[in-house]
Amino acid sequence: MTANLPVLILLSSLLPAIITFFIPQDGHALRNSLNLGGAVLKLGLIIWMLFAIADGTVYEASFALAPGLVILLRVDALALLFISLSGTLWFLTTIYAIAYFGGKPELSRFFGFFSLCVASTTGLALSGSLISFFIFFELLTLSTWPLVAHKQDKPSLAAARTYLAYALPGSATLLVAIIWLESSTGPVLFTEPPDLSELDPVSLRAIFCLFIIGVGVKAAIVPLHGWLPSAMAAPAPVSSLLHAVAVVKAGAFGVVRVIYDVYGAENMASLGLSMPLAGIASVTILWGSVRALQQGEIKKRLAYSTVSQVSYIVLGAALASPLAMIGGLVHLIHQGLMKITLFFCAGIFDERAGVKRIDGLNGLGARMPWTSVCFSLGALGMIGLPPLAGFVSKFYLGLGALEAGAPWVLAVLAASTLLNAAYFLPLLYRLWILPAAADASGDERAPGLVVPTVITAAATIGVGLLAASPISPLGWARLIVTQGYGP
Amino acid sequence: MTPMIALLTLPLLAALATIALPRRARAAAAGIGAGATLLAAIWVAVVVWRTGPMDLMLGGWQPPVGIGLRADGLSVALGVMTALVMSAAVLAARFEHATTGPGPRIAFGIWPLILLLWAALNAVFVSRDLFNLYVGLELISLSAVALVAISGKAQAVAAGLRYLLFALTGSLLYLAGVVLTYSAHGMLDIDLLAARTPVPTDALALGLMTAGLLAKTALFPFHVWLPPAHAAAPAPASALLSALVPKASLLILVRLWFEAMPDMATAASLLTLGGLGALAVVWGGVLALVQARLKLIVAYSTVAQLGYVFLAFPLAGGAGAAQPWSAGAWTGAMFQILSHGLAKASMFLTAGIFIAAVGSDRLGDLRGLARALPMTGFAFALSAITLMGLPPSGGFTAKYLMMTSAFAADQRGWAAVLVGGGLLAAAYLYRPMAALFSADIPAAPRAVPRRWQAVPLWLAALAVGLGLMSAAPFDLLQIGRPDIAAEGL
Repeated sequence: MTANLPVLILLSSLLPAIITFFIPQDGHALRNSLNLGGAVLKLGLIIWMLFAIADGTVYEASFALAPGLVILLRVDALALLFISLSGTLWFLTTIYAIAYFGGKPELSRFFGFFSLCVASTTGLALSGSLISFFIFFELLTLSTWPLVAHKQDKPSLAAARTYLAYALPGSATLLVAIIWLESSTGPVLFTEPPDLSELDPVSLRAIFCLFIIGVGVKAAIVPLHGWLPSAMAAPAPVSSLLHAVAVVKAGAFGVVRVIYDVYGAENMASLGLSMPLAGIASVTILWGSVRALQQGEIKKRLAYSTVSQVSYIVLGAALASPLAMIGGLVHLIHQGLMKITLFFCAGIFDERAGVKRIDGLNGLGARMPWTSVCFSLGALGMIGLPPLAGFVSKFYLGLGALEAGAPWVLAVLAASTLLNAAYFLPLLYRLWILPAAADASGDERAPGLVVPTVITAAATIGVGLLAASPISPLGWARLIVTQGYGP
Repeated sequence: MTPMIALLTLPLLAALATIALPRRARAAAAGIGAGATLLAAIWVAVVVWRTGPMDLMLGGWQPPVGIGLRADGLSVALGVMTALVMSAAVLAARFEHATTGPGPRIAFGIWPLILLLWAALNAVFVSRDLFNLYVGLELISLSAVALVAISGKAQAVAAGLRYLLFALTGSLLYLAGVVLTYSAHGMLDIDLLAARTPVPTDALALGLMTAGLLAKTALFPFHVWLPPAHAAAPAPASALLSALVPKASLLILVRLWFEAMPDMATAASLLTLGGLGALAVVWGGVLALVQARLKLIVAYSTVAQLGYVFLAFPLAGGAGAAQPWSAGAWTGAMFQILSHGLAKASMFLTAGIFIAAVGSDRLGDLRGLARALPMTGFAFALSAITLMGLPPSGGFTAKYLMMTSAFAADQRGWAAVLVGGGLLAAAYLYRPMAALFSADIPAAPRAVPRRWQAVPLWLAALAVGLGLMSAAPFDLLQIGRPDIAAEGL
């Protein structure tokens, strides 16, 4: 059983994906129950494992391809943190997507690739070796492309092309990094840090740069972020998933894996790579925020905000002091919850009120109170208002920066907070204070859209309020750092 | 022994039957022959898998008097791949004829030519004698040229003539090398040649044979005949021409360098072979990028994909201490041959379906066709993934193995070719994909039966499966593998 659990978790989204492709367009009931059933099953398996992993049980399954190519699925605490997020949000996004698409065409294709995308994210989270991480990383690229291109209009196809133009060279770089490293150290398993003494420091630095470029494309680290704002041409459920769990998070997760499980925080510091990476992350945080300020379209503003926010995770990983690590890891969850709320809301504003641009939000608060409250919670959380989710992350990152002896990071965090406020508060001002235009419309008679949004918004309060509990994301991040990576 | 005889004679018998039987029974005879030969190929593979390489001395005479045949892991892997592609092509041709109605030339000629080609390919896969290989190669070239020109259109005949010119030049060069070898050593058996006392003319002989084989493999700069020829043939024939025919001369090249005369390899010659391969990858990719017709894109892609195999010459061996496997580059190149065969055949068969649907393979006419033909669009995408070398396909396994060898042997330049070639493939395959999956509504495409659409999908799935289940084919290729493949040339 212990060997089968990770496989079962992977199959809980892989099998629905494969079967969905063969369901005819009008087989709504079968398709929906299959996808929701898979999501519920997966959540159940994850909750079961949460308790076992906390006790220290390790689940492992491997499947050998050609020599050197072994797919190793292994559930450790870090993997579980990520699949808990993706499992929960997959379930909510599926509900949202069913309501969002209704009877639109090509639904089997959409849900097939949607589940495949989640399956790749799961596989990537569960990967116990570099090469299996790479295989799922690439599967994620391929399964996301049809989702971005789903509308098949000009902007979507252009966005999908841009996405591939960034992602494929990125994964090629990652493959070079992996093979270069493994040609000296042998296959790298995350449980046993590779012996890096075979390689000279110059090669090690070069390989590290290749790794960061490879995963950094997906994490949208500046200047590799160009695809992300254009990918918002995709339908709202896709953007939500892309920004919260799937692609950018896969990149950020990759950064965490490379730093902690391949190089090790100490090696990274002794090679002098820690501060440059923190510097790049800081630049990304500020640049993303500045660009977000300039956007008039809601989804574009949110997309640049993602560029900025995901680099908090990179920053925490790069600083590599225990508190900064906790801050970065917990932000992996917190940013996911907040950003999916915001994108859900943006989708509702678009679908129910026809509002795509910021100036359309004027006075919507009264007409669409639930959505507007959720949006406000997400935005305030992003700014870092206590006790919302974003505050916890920023607090730990700040403490971690001091602990790592990098007080300048505090200035970056402060500047970023101000910028976040500058690009989110005007939206709230429009929603709640400014009067509505005369011809404004909009309602919330779509429970399938609103309920998931309310749940994720409530979660952003919950994870902040309950931060002290051991099963909160913060508690889990502490467990990961003290169990696995602590000094 | 019996399965090998069956493998060699069944396609010949079937070819004769398709000529002798009345018209109505021909296609059925071809189908039965294909099924029987597929079973024979699997039978041989199972025997080799269980008991090791299988030898057959014709007439009971030992070389150098007699002619030796041997099925090793590489032979049977190629044999099974060929059988799968051939069976798919026969099925696709039957469905195509049922839908579009071929001319009398094609209806009569295609079955015996396909089956004769198959018999000759099998003969090359198991032959251990350089002259016997020459005979097989000639049979392959002649039936291939006929398949190119079978439609009788002026363009096809011109492409066929150009192909014939290259093929005959290649044959003559190869034959000259064989004659030189025979006059120097008095024998042509590969295993005996490996143990020969080298003489000065060996270098010239090997050079002549290599040049001839390169022309037949369409390695850059001898590739000019391939794209027009492969694009001119009917789609099922194109599938065979691109997926299988160049593999025969490639296999002989590998056997010559790794088994018969590994001692003749010099740093310069290996660099030349690898360099030409690298140029083929780049040049074939660049030309594929600018084509306006699907079949030409796919054909230029063959030029590029064959180039990868040549990287095995400089990369073979080079085992790093940290590698848990040996002969990575050699095995990777053989994986490339197998996965390219399956994926490229699938791609040409999808092109045939698109042509049947809209009567053209110009990218502009294919816009939005994936909506009408979703299975075919999906098959095209799957085979594209293999050709780009993305995981978990067979193409990825090939690239991974070769790239690991490049890094372990400190020859990182070749790794750049592998990575760059993959990106180039993504770029040139993106154009047909974008056309197929665009939102335009094509003007009433002709309906294509689902069973026909399923044929390329199966092949593409096999190409991906080769990567997903790569452990068994990897082990199969190691049966009877020359030691030089692990030690390096």
